[in-house]
Amino acid sequence: MADTMLHTSDVSMGPPRQGALEKFRADYFGRPSDVILTLGGTALLVYIGWHLFQWAILDAAFSADVGAKACEAKAGACWSVIAARWRLMFFGLYPYEEHWRSGLACAIAIGVGILSCVPYFWTARRLTVTWVLGFAAFVVLMRGGVFGLSEVTEEQWGGLSLTIFIFAAVALIGMPLSILLALMRRSSTPFVSVPVGLLIDTVRSLPLITILFTVAVVVPILVPSWLQGEKLYRVIAGMALFFAAYQAEIIRSGIQSLSSGQDEAGRTLGLTYWQRMIYIVLPQAFRRALPPTINQMVITFKETSLIIIVGLFEFLASGNAAYGSGEWAFAYVEVYVFIAFVYFVFVFSLSRYGAYLERRMRIAQH
Amino acid sequence: MKRDSLVTLLASRHFQAVVAAIVFVVLAVLVYAGQQELMAKGIVSGFDFLWRSTGWDIGFSLIPYSISDPYWKVLLIGLMNTLFLGFAGLALATLVGVLVGVARTSHNPVLNAIGTIYVETFRNVPLILQAFFWYAVYTHLPPPRKAVAFGDMVFLSARGIYLPGFNISNGAIAICALFLVVGIVAALWLIASRRLSGWAEARRLPLAGLALVVAGVAIFLVGEAGRIAGQPVVSMPELRGLNIRGGLRLTSEFAALLTAMSLYGGAYLGEIIRAGFLSIPKGQIEAAKALGFRPWHIFTLVRLPLAIRAILPTLTNQYVWLIKATTLGIAVGFSDFFLVISTSINQSGQTVELLLILMGGFLLINYTISTVMNAINRSIAIRGQGTRK
Repeated sequence: MADTMLHTSDVSMGPPRQGALEKFRADYFGRPSDVILTLGGTALLVYIGWHLFQWAILDAAFSADVGAKACEAKAGACWSVIAARWRLMFFGLYPYEEHWRSGLACAIAIGVGILSCVPYFWTARRLTVTWVLGFAAFVVLMRGGVFGLSEVTEEQWGGLSLTIFIFAAVALIGMPLSILLALMRRSSTPFVSVPVGLLIDTVRSLPLITILFTVAVVVPILVPSWLQGEKLYRVIAGMALFFAAYQAEIIRSGIQSLSSGQDEAGRTLGLTYWQRMIYIVLPQAFRRALPPTINQMVITFKETSLIIIVGLFEFLASGNAAYGSGEWAFAYVEVYVFIAFVYFVFVFSLSRYGAYLERRMRIAQH
Repeated sequence: MKRDSLVTLLASRHFQAVVAAIVFVVLAVLVYAGQQELMAKGIVSGFDFLWRSTGWDIGFSLIPYSISDPYWKVLLIGLMNTLFLGFAGLALATLVGVLVGVARTSHNPVLNAIGTIYVETFRNVPLILQAFFWYAVYTHLPPPRKAVAFGDMVFLSARGIYLPGFNISNGAIAICALFLVVGIVAALWLIASRRLSGWAEARRLPLAGLALVVAGVAIFLVGEAGRIAGQPVVSMPELRGLNIRGGLRLTSEFAALLTAMSLYGGAYLGEIIRAGFLSIPKGQIEAAKALGFRPWHIFTLVRLPLAIRAILPTLTNQYVWLIKATTLGIAVGFSDFFLVISTSINQSGQTVELLLILMGGFLLINYTISTVMNAINRSIAIRGQGTRK
């Protein structure tokens, strides 16, 4: 009878370990349909990848010395247009000798952006100080007129630096505005909450382009000239309002996701409204609303490109100008691919960062 | 305690009344100043201008139009163009999105990678840049004489894209499209509605089939009635002289916007669909496997129904967003609602009225979409789980 005894060593044996090769086979060629998908998909990727590589690298012209004529004759991409026109695309009509200022200002803005991704800066005070200082440095460098820098007015700003300026200004104005709107919408007096709710919902139901058009084109028709202000700043105000309407709802949902006990505990301790908001509610609400906030930032950065509609010379518009004139007219694909690539670098890294934060917070919750 | 007294002040009724009064006065001054400004420019406010003739032409119209037609007609054409582009874009974007979503949730790593590359490429580049890109590509196509042809049916040329079309009047086609939608919705309702849950499937399926057949007959009759006399039903594009005649012509502007919207929207919708499939609890699928369901049945009876319910609310937002994106028409010169409004403002000066019409139009479109989608959402909600908002 000893043969039929069940040995513990037999039972505790786990399923057979899968080798790397077997796992590969199971993943890629597990079922007959997988064989087709894997082979077909790989063939497609290799085909597209090879043609792209050939077009963008192998057969391409890179140097600015290659003239437009010689460049057009080539089979591949003509990156020479970028080499010849990159200053126009990045700096617009900014005076040539002062381009270093525009470049440095962009570098500072990007630096501030990277710094605000570091958790050390995640207090209201540190973030505000960093952004205001960075923004001030940006404006001083771009505008000049002080510290012996020659003055360059806003009409001459353009290219990527204008895009970054508008984005930074929109975020800097829109963020406090959104907090204000969110708190006002939650106000207990209908005097405040109803009009603000109406404003937020109206703005959210309209496309951004119509708001930009209204502030840029319609306001000069309706408003007396002494009240109009510069077009650039009207556009920034319009975009900030649009951003704030969306961001206010994000913050509001963050606030509503908190348990009411948090606020009530503050009341019991005798804290005033602002003390409760600043020390208890908003920090927690912001923490919960961080991933959608970053998503909103990503969307806003992409939407700065819409201001080309109202005739401001931002990155996309200067790109259009870079190929629009005469000799480089054939190189539109290269210019658009380059602009797309620059946007991609910004947007992709920001959204990856957002995804990383989301993962980190999910772990922290468990 | 200084801070406390400030807070009490801010919270007091009197203070709020004062604030409200100030806001009201400021608004009144702005309105008054605006009226003065308009009067100085010699513009009479009111909606009478809607019956004046415009005197300018429009780039794209689904119904016949001449420059002596009144403003209300031009605005209507703009609204129709927006809806036409919007729904075509939604349909194509949904198609792309389903493909991308399926690829992204596939177990096959290669298919998954293709989906990821697609999403990251198209989602991270601004939509307007993509619209410009496709517009440049389409307007740089060869002239009609040297058009890129696909089997004598599809022609790509700088003057537009030519597809096989119907020799049926536009109005009749619109009614046919309506019948098609109504037929499909009725069939789906007959199959899926809970109100009929007492009916056996054997009774529901023939009824649904009947709905489709009735819709088909109606489409046939309307199409037959709307036929342009003396022409074959299908109109094929063909090269005649220097131009391409016949068929359905999509202008470069329309084609560029449609391409950009479907590729960009498809990337977003694909992500939404993927998230919907990922949100299904593993236990549901394991239970189906334990009951011996086949993979196809697990997909159609368990994963798909659950995923659709998770997807719908987000889908509504994305649809509304995509419809709003048709305002990019102004970037490439497609006569959508917004471009028509802005041209009207330039030409007639009736700023406030036209802005109100613009707001009203978009509120109406957004409201309709979200009402319809919410109704669908409610009707398919699983009992006991409540409607997710």
